Amino acid sequence: MITNEPVVELRGVSRTFAAGDVSVPALVDVSMKVNRGEYVAVVGPSGSGKSTMLNLLGLLDRPTEGTYLFEGIDTSTLDEGQRAGLRSRRIGFVFQSFHLLAHRTVIENVMLSTIYNGMPRADRVPSAETSLLRVGLGSRMDFLPTRLSGGERQRVAIARALVIRPALLLADEPTGNLDSATGGAVLGLFDEFRADGLTLVVVTHDTEVSAHADRAIHLRDGRIEAIT
Amino acid sequence: MTDLVVAAGGDEVASARMSLRDLAAEAVAGIFARPGRTVLTVLGTVLGIGALVATLGVAKTAGNQIVGRFDELAATSVVVTNEQGFFFGPGGDSRVEIPADADSRLLRLNGVTAAGSFGSVDVGGALVRSVPIPDPLAQTEFQMSVYAASPGLLGAVRGDLTTGRWFDSGHSERGDRVVILGTGAAQRLNVTRVDQQPVVFIGEDAFVVIGILDTVLRQPELLNGVIMPEGTARQDYGYQSATTVQVDVEIGAASLIAEQAAIALSPNEPDLLRVQKPPEPQDLRRDVEGDVNALFLVLGGVSLLVGAIGIANVTLVSVLERIGEIGLRRALGAARRHVAGQFLMESTAMGLVGGIIGASLGVLLVVAISAARTWTPVLDPIVPLAAPLVGAVTGLVAGLYPALRAAALEPVEALRSG
Repeated sequence: MITNEPVVELRGVSRTFAAGDVSVPALVDVSMKVNRGEYVAVVGPSGSGKSTMLNLLGLLDRPTEGTYLFEGIDTSTLDEGQRAGLRSRRIGFVFQSFHLLAHRTVIENVMLSTIYNGMPRADRVPSAETSLLRVGLGSRMDFLPTRLSGGERQRVAIARALVIRPALLLADEPTGNLDSATGGAVLGLFDEFRADGLTLVVVTHDTEVSAHADRAIHLRDGRIEAIT
Repeated sequence: MTDLVVAAGGDEVASARMSLRDLAAEAVAGIFARPGRTVLTVLGTVLGIGALVATLGVAKTAGNQIVGRFDELAATSVVVTNEQGFFFGPGGDSRVEIPADADSRLLRLNGVTAAGSFGSVDVGGALVRSVPIPDPLAQTEFQMSVYAASPGLLGAVRGDLTTGRWFDSGHSERGDRVVILGTGAAQRLNVTRVDQQPVVFIGEDAFVVIGILDTVLRQPELLNGVIMPEGTARQDYGYQSATTVQVDVEIGAASLIAEQAAIALSPNEPDLLRVQKPPEPQDLRRDVEGDVNALFLVLGGVSLLVGAIGIANVTLVSVLERIGEIGLRRALGAARRHVAGQFLMESTAMGLVGGIIGASLGVLLVVAISAARTWTPVLDPIVPLAAPLVGAVTGLVAGLYPALRAAALEPVEALRSG
């Protein structure tokens, strides 16, 4: 059954890091929603709490205060294994530095996310192929990532995030390591995904990236400064 | 995977799962990502396990070989000597080291086939010669050991006579002036035949040579000496008693006789006598195995330890190198235990492979050494079977710390640094 809850809902979320005796607040009292099918950019200068926000949204970190509802589930009630399970089934990650395994072929890299996800073995190759075709790398499936250009590598990473058919695609500076042409191609893909109804949250300091989004949440010093 | 996770009141959120097969596949892929390094890492375990298996095998083989070389001659010989004290003789006036009736006392023991006693006779420095006429061109007088022996000695030392006969108890009781020459002594005295009753002189006393001793299997010093009956020595030279008793026993009886001989000869103070018996083959084998094992097991253990440190080191380096990969896997839904499991599996697999190769090389080495020595290779079947297991455990233990380090990594930082 399809729920109408927002994919992401933060209620008064704070995240404070303890550095020795001093506690450093990275996010302070953040409340926001990302509805299904929305494309949201999180922008701000470095140190503004973007990465903390990304880690919280991706269930890689826990808020020190407040509530994070992911598809209506209060994530504070979940243990580590359940959070990992949720990540493996519902969240796709795209990183600035791609994080492809250099010794595995393109298709093996894409299939990597299916082994933690419980996907039946027989479905893995077809799903990975579909996903790679979707990002336009149908002819590169058996290449090693070292033979690919930066843009192609990032598209492999995107295919890896898509293969599990996530509810949320989280991208951390997806164009940070790319030139403007290949970066533009990646952003074009994201636009297509939104048109297909995928929910996207992109963390970036690049205004060109945030321009593609429906909304941009501006962070400064751990607080939401503005939403445009 | 189109079903969505349902909110409160709905289904429980499932934990991350990973099949063992996938885990194994990831571990194998991790090992083969850097084959050269893996080979070098495994080498330490190969050497350690190989050394252990070869050691145990060679020790076992060599120990077994002792039994193969089981010396029938040595195993049937018991020698009793008195180095510590005296008994009082039958009359209470003479002091003797070995009772005069030693032969008959020992022959009564079950398992003794022959017994004979002997001792040196003090002839006061008299020289031995065969002819009374001095020859200016050759040496005719010799300093020679003179022994007094009991009639049973010939059998006890398993001696053979070239010619003539050994004396009997009659000669001894009568104090007949007869001697047996050892083959060395006979040569120097130029005596080769006894049918014409040649005479040798000890000092000015004449003795008839009645036999020439050709060989003895025990107590070879007799071959260079002049041997006379005990009674004769007692009568002419004030000989007190024998100092050594040679006993020939049946195979397998040596231990028992060794124990009984001292009591038979000296019931009151058996401790005065020193009994030399052949080492038990079982003891000997255990000793050899023990000696070889103690030395090389330490070496094998050390190389295994070095191997383990090698695996630990490389796995740790590999963890540090693959921080990004670990972060990625965590983001893709791997739980900490999956990450730890993967690295543990990698190190265990390396240990296992090292153990298998090491065990094979160890067995080959045992066979090669045995072939070179024409020994029969002997190896406990449990050794080559347990060796890979030991290797795997080594790898497992070595991988423990790196795996825990990997599992403890925060995915956030891990993704950044990769």
